[in-house]
Amino acid sequence: MPNATTVGCVTVIATESLSKRFPRVTALDRLSVDITPGVTGLVGANGAGKSTLIKILLGLSPATEGRASVLGLDVATQGSAIRERVGYMPEHDCLPPDVSATEFVVHMARMSGLPPTAARERTADTLRHVGLYEERYRPIGGYSTGMKQRVKLAQALVHDPQLVLLDEPTNGLDPVGRDEMLGLIRRVHTDFGISVLVTSHLLGELERTCDHVVVIDGGALLRSSSTSDFTQTTATVAVEVTDTDRHPDGTAALREALAAAGIAVHAGGRAPGAGHVLLLDVADDSTYDTVRDTVAGLGLGLVRMEQRRHQIAEVFRKEDDRDDTQARSAGGHDAA
Amino acid sequence: MQPETTAPATVPAQGTDPTRIHNIGYRSYEGARLGRAYARRSLFTQSLRGAYGLGRSAKSKVLPMLLLAVMCLPAGILVAVTVFTKAKELPLEYTSYAVYLQAVIGLFLASQAPQSVSRDLRFKSVPLYFSRPIERVDYVAAKLAAMASALFILTTVPLLILYAGALLAELDFTDQTKGFAQGLVSVALLSVLFAGIGLVVAALTPRRGFGVAAVIAVLTISYGAVSTVQAIAYEQGDPEVAGWLGLFSPITIIDGVQTRFLGATSSFPREAGPPSAFAGVVYLAAALALAAGSYALLMRRYRKVGL
Repeated sequence: MPNATTVGCVTVIATESLSKRFPRVTALDRLSVDITPGVTGLVGANGAGKSTLIKILLGLSPATEGRASVLGLDVATQGSAIRERVGYMPEHDCLPPDVSATEFVVHMARMSGLPPTAARERTADTLRHVGLYEERYRPIGGYSTGMKQRVKLAQALVHDPQLVLLDEPTNGLDPVGRDEMLGLIRRVHTDFGISVLVTSHLLGELERTCDHVVVIDGGALLRSSSTSDFTQTTATVAVEVTDTDRHPDGTAALREALAAAGIAVHAGGRAPGAGHVLLLDVADDSTYDTVRDTVAGLGLGLVRMEQRRHQIAEVFRKEDDRDDTQARSAGGHDAA
Repeated sequence: MQPETTAPATVPAQGTDPTRIHNIGYRSYEGARLGRAYARRSLFTQSLRGAYGLGRSAKSKVLPMLLLAVMCLPAGILVAVTVFTKAKELPLEYTSYAVYLQAVIGLFLASQAPQSVSRDLRFKSVPLYFSRPIERVDYVAAKLAAMASALFILTTVPLLILYAGALLAELDFTDQTKGFAQGLVSVALLSVLFAGIGLVVAALTPRRGFGVAAVIAVLTISYGAVSTVQAIAYEQGDPEVAGWLGLFSPITIIDGVQTRFLGATSSFPREAGPPSAFAGVVYLAAALALAAGSYALLMRRYRKVGL
């Protein structure tokens, strides 16, 4: 039996010109992508084909053409074997409110084929690992959104799969819950040794968690690269300053001063009010100090200084635009 | 997000205190994975237990247990009467028992069929099942078998009481065993038929309340209409039509089948039953077709809900 955790197998998911066409929509269009062990982000706007891909990978929906394999098993013929080794956390609510997390997860463990005793032990372990303690004996109806997300994650992990498919796990969470969930997802790989495919429409969120990001749009592969490629472009800080009597155009003055200090500066793009915003590439933490000192030295008022989160839309921008930024930041990186 | 490390942190002398909670970390599972057949069996057991409120809240045990008690009570009374009056036979045939108490069976089905299927639909738990080794057919088969078994238990327990009572009253063993066996066949058919109809109706809506009302409506309206029209047909002197009319409600179908094949006395007006041997076969075919149709409809129903 092929085993993804052994050294011999280097891909957990492989698709080969995978297409799924419905009478009126093409959900997946000749998608070819190889996903290696680790945490992989799958990014795409709503309707980009993320859910369709997950369905096909679980062997629940036949592809119109092309092939796909998960953990070395063919999705068309070995769906049941795949689902025994893979965990799935749906995007939507899926928990009955009238049972406790323990009862529910035990039932789901047995549905994955775990014998009764093992199901109980694994449930207790898994719920502890996702951070549910005494409350696991209470009915799920009384849980907060964050706790429910943890139960959903627990049911996907309870049978110790080799791969989990997480569909929008941070949906509906507040910033703190979001960070906790992302940390947990990271731990699923680092501590538990389980490969993760996590979908999101927020690229910035995935960068912090994933080793590799796959971007799909309209069912086709837009980009597949390791996260470090993305972070190059994302380590960007937006700075806005006031004008003073000494510097009637504060923005221009700061630009010159920063360029003199050796920091790559570019204009704020096409967004409204972008003329007053400078985008800086951050080489390391000292950049922030340099910006602070330069602004203070010029006597300007610092209106804002914020980290830019790349959103999916930015990857969709014209190819030349991005290549431009990438080349520059890559150059900056080499210099540093 | 590293909860298990917080406990040691509060202990002053780490590592020396024997009460320290050790972070044993993640343990992977190397044990058996019993696969699809086991998962199907587990789902069947869970659904069957669930139909009697076992493994659910105390509140949800009340109604099914109460209905089971109501089903058994008349059997107990009949046995007591038989024993005390030293009657030569039971006041009631085994096959008539379920027909007389059809309202109780209907209530049980109406309350438990929605809890079996609407719950998974309403809270969207169905995708969690289908992302596991089981397939659609396993889910449908397990739910159907569980509901049919729950109904079979509900209808068999009182027959067992009757049978045990009859033997206690030293009634003729051969007669009683034959009657009991006929009763068992009849309620088995009834259980499968009712379970299919109940689950199909309940699976139409994710709302439990609607499901309950719909199941009751389907059973009582069909029976009420059929028995009314049958009575009118007899009044008009058309027993043939009346006999065929029984095909339009589940309980009269069972009644027709057992009148023809299981030596039962029909509950149709004037105990007529299906008008001919051919009609009897049609009744049996109708029962089987309805059960098979329910299965097909359920399979169809779950085609779209996978994820």
